Amino acid sequence: MNSRLNPSRRDRLGRERLTTILLFLLPALILYAIFVLLPIVQAMRFSFFDWNGLQPLTDFVGLDNYVRALTNSVFQGAVGHNVFVIVLSLAIQIPFALGLALLLSRRFKGRGVLRLLFFAPYVIAEVITGVIWTLMLQPNGLADGLLTGAGLGDLYSPWLADPNTVMAAMFVIISWKYFGFHMILLLAGLQQIPSELEEAAAIDGATRFQATRYVVLPLLGPTLRVSVFLSMIGALQLFDLIWVTTGGGPVNASNTMATYMFDWGFERHQLGYGSAVAVILFIFALVVGLAYQRWVLRRDVDGALTGGAA
Amino acid sequence: MSPLRRAAGLLAATALVSAACATGGGSGTATPAGPSAAPTASQGASATASAAPSAAAVEIDWYHIQNNDPGKALWQELADEYTAEHPNVTINLNVNENEAFKTKLATLVQSNTPPDLFQSWGGGGLREQVEAGLVQDITAGVADWQDTINPGAMGMYQVDGKQYGIPFDLGLVGFWYNTDQFEDAGITEPPATWADLLTAVQALKDAGLTPMALAGGDTWTGAFYWAYLAVRECGQEGMDNAVVTGDWSDPCFVKAGEDFVELIETEPFQEGFLAAKWDGAGSGAASMATGNGAMQLMGQWLPGTVAANSDDPENPPEWLGWFPFPSVDGGAGAATDGLGGGNGFAVGRDAPPETIDFLRFLVSEDAANRWGALNTGILPTTVGTEGSVTDPQLVDVLAGRAEAEFVQLYLDQATTPDLGAAINEAVATLYAGTGTPESVAAAINEFAQQ
Repeated sequence: MNSRLNPSRRDRLGRERLTTILLFLLPALILYAIFVLLPIVQAMRFSFFDWNGLQPLTDFVGLDNYVRALTNSVFQGAVGHNVFVIVLSLAIQIPFALGLALLLSRRFKGRGVLRLLFFAPYVIAEVITGVIWTLMLQPNGLADGLLTGAGLGDLYSPWLADPNTVMAAMFVIISWKYFGFHMILLLAGLQQIPSELEEAAAIDGATRFQATRYVVLPLLGPTLRVSVFLSMIGALQLFDLIWVTTGGGPVNASNTMATYMFDWGFERHQLGYGSAVAVILFIFALVVGLAYQRWVLRRDVDGALTGGAA
Repeated sequence: MSPLRRAAGLLAATALVSAACATGGGSGTATPAGPSAAPTASQGASATASAAPSAAAVEIDWYHIQNNDPGKALWQELADEYTAEHPNVTINLNVNENEAFKTKLATLVQSNTPPDLFQSWGGGGLREQVEAGLVQDITAGVADWQDTINPGAMGMYQVDGKQYGIPFDLGLVGFWYNTDQFEDAGITEPPATWADLLTAVQALKDAGLTPMALAGGDTWTGAFYWAYLAVRECGQEGMDNAVVTGDWSDPCFVKAGEDFVELIETEPFQEGFLAAKWDGAGSGAASMATGNGAMQLMGQWLPGTVAANSDDPENPPEWLGWFPFPSVDGGAGAATDGLGGGNGFAVGRDAPPETIDFLRFLVSEDAANRWGALNTGILPTTVGTEGSVTDPQLVDVLAGRAEAEFVQLYLDQATTPDLGAAINEAVATLYAGTGTPESVAAAINEFAQQ
């Protein structure tokens, strides 16, 4: 419709619209700059100093903090634990949530109750989740009691207290907490898919499995990809659950990059080093995020933005 | 009685917070901001004061962290009594909670205006303040009354032989034990030597009991074992040398690890101890409260925390007893040497001379007796006032402290928060089974040399 206006009028309208947009954006931009951009820049600056937060910033050490972090076996372990959670989330947690979503999208009695039950853990605060699971998994706790009561007492061991099993136990807790969230996301995605398509597939003689595999799943793609993205970013930033449940222990066996950063920055007062770890974590998340946007999410985003203009 | 108990619990919790600095809470360390501050009102006052100490009006800025009654009220009373006798002195009280105080002090230090009299834990934090020129050498000022204070406690406030602060409280780490369970296991005497302790552990195991509760999830608790054994093996000289020079390469630190491994190999700790925090669900304190752990190596705040994790949160269990850390054959340290820490006051660089006189009043026999009688967990350091504490469990701790010529300050306060954390972490590899005495000593030494 712009084509009907003469050029100068169009320019003026364009300028006015730009001013309006900028004015509306301004408050958000200011907040974003003060509370997001500035701290990031500050952290980058601190990360080049040996600094305990009290003395003036004078002890410039260049990239030493970064070298120290990247060559430190505890930090490497923490990165490994992050990767462990990402891989298992994608391999187990998301497929599990997808399966549940597919089941719960069918009509049957008690569907609402089940949806509510599965979603409930997500509503519980991280700290409370951590405390509940600590209580359940401790010796003489619920898990121990149930297994012993069932005559399977030998199966129990204090998983959170064993460096070899603590990450697996943490993964169970993390999955319990978040699968409901992914399930709801996928359920919402499923509801967007017109039932006519499945009916059409059925009329064409597709089995239920084929209809799901070749019609529903491809159409669920955009939601699934967002779900995977959120899961990866969440796993990279994993902090509260770990901090409350194990504190990163025993002997660093469940540290993540975020708990490692907190430990060094705020418990040991090495703010320079802690900042370097924070920057590494930030770059990690940024690279993963951008790469994912670029290679995986692009077709969804492109579709949404360019579809209208075309 | 019950509000008093509650207060005791609270104070015990405060003590715990300062001890929990092992996890890196920081020991109020502060470094200077540079010599750029303008003279302040109090500096002006102090200049006048030194000219005519007895007559001119003087202000003393006093920062303490006993922010709960009855301790808070007692400090206020003492300040009022002092100013009534010395009308020319005004005392400006600043009462802060522990963490808030650290933040506030850091700010004051940044602007190069340290308070006249302020909370100090001695050790590495005080050393940093001395090196930054923020505190006063009061050696001469306290010379004629320093003998009235417990020498072990005084030592924590000395840097290179000079006195910079005065302690009013000193607690001690030792073994808290379940007297009922010891009886069940047929142990008649608390273990006096390390070998006795290992025997007692076996006796408890034979009786089907868990010999020890350890909060392995809070690594500062496990580090107490190593630190105490290091005090036994290395003695005062060895410890002082390591803390001051940062050279932890003496073989006595490996010996300490070997002694600890001897104990660890008997598997004395409760099931799942590696995940146990000190306080709360499934914690070391809760373990002991429920009879799952006959001994626990901990500071004087244990009774309050064990009570809080039991079905009678107000009253510490009556079966709790205390015995000092056992002696170790062949070590350089005396069997009576201790490991502990407490509270004191440091005197700021610009404080008027009256501050020292006021400080003397605060740790006078009368003041200390009044502190002791509160039974809040503050164990007075003024010689001869130990009897004022009447809580039977604290009395045992005081008896152990009275024997100690040398008390090693908690290692994370004696050094720096990050070295303290490195020690805790290294020692944890011993009881998690991933480290050796040699690797622990080497890791600590390497970190200290950085």
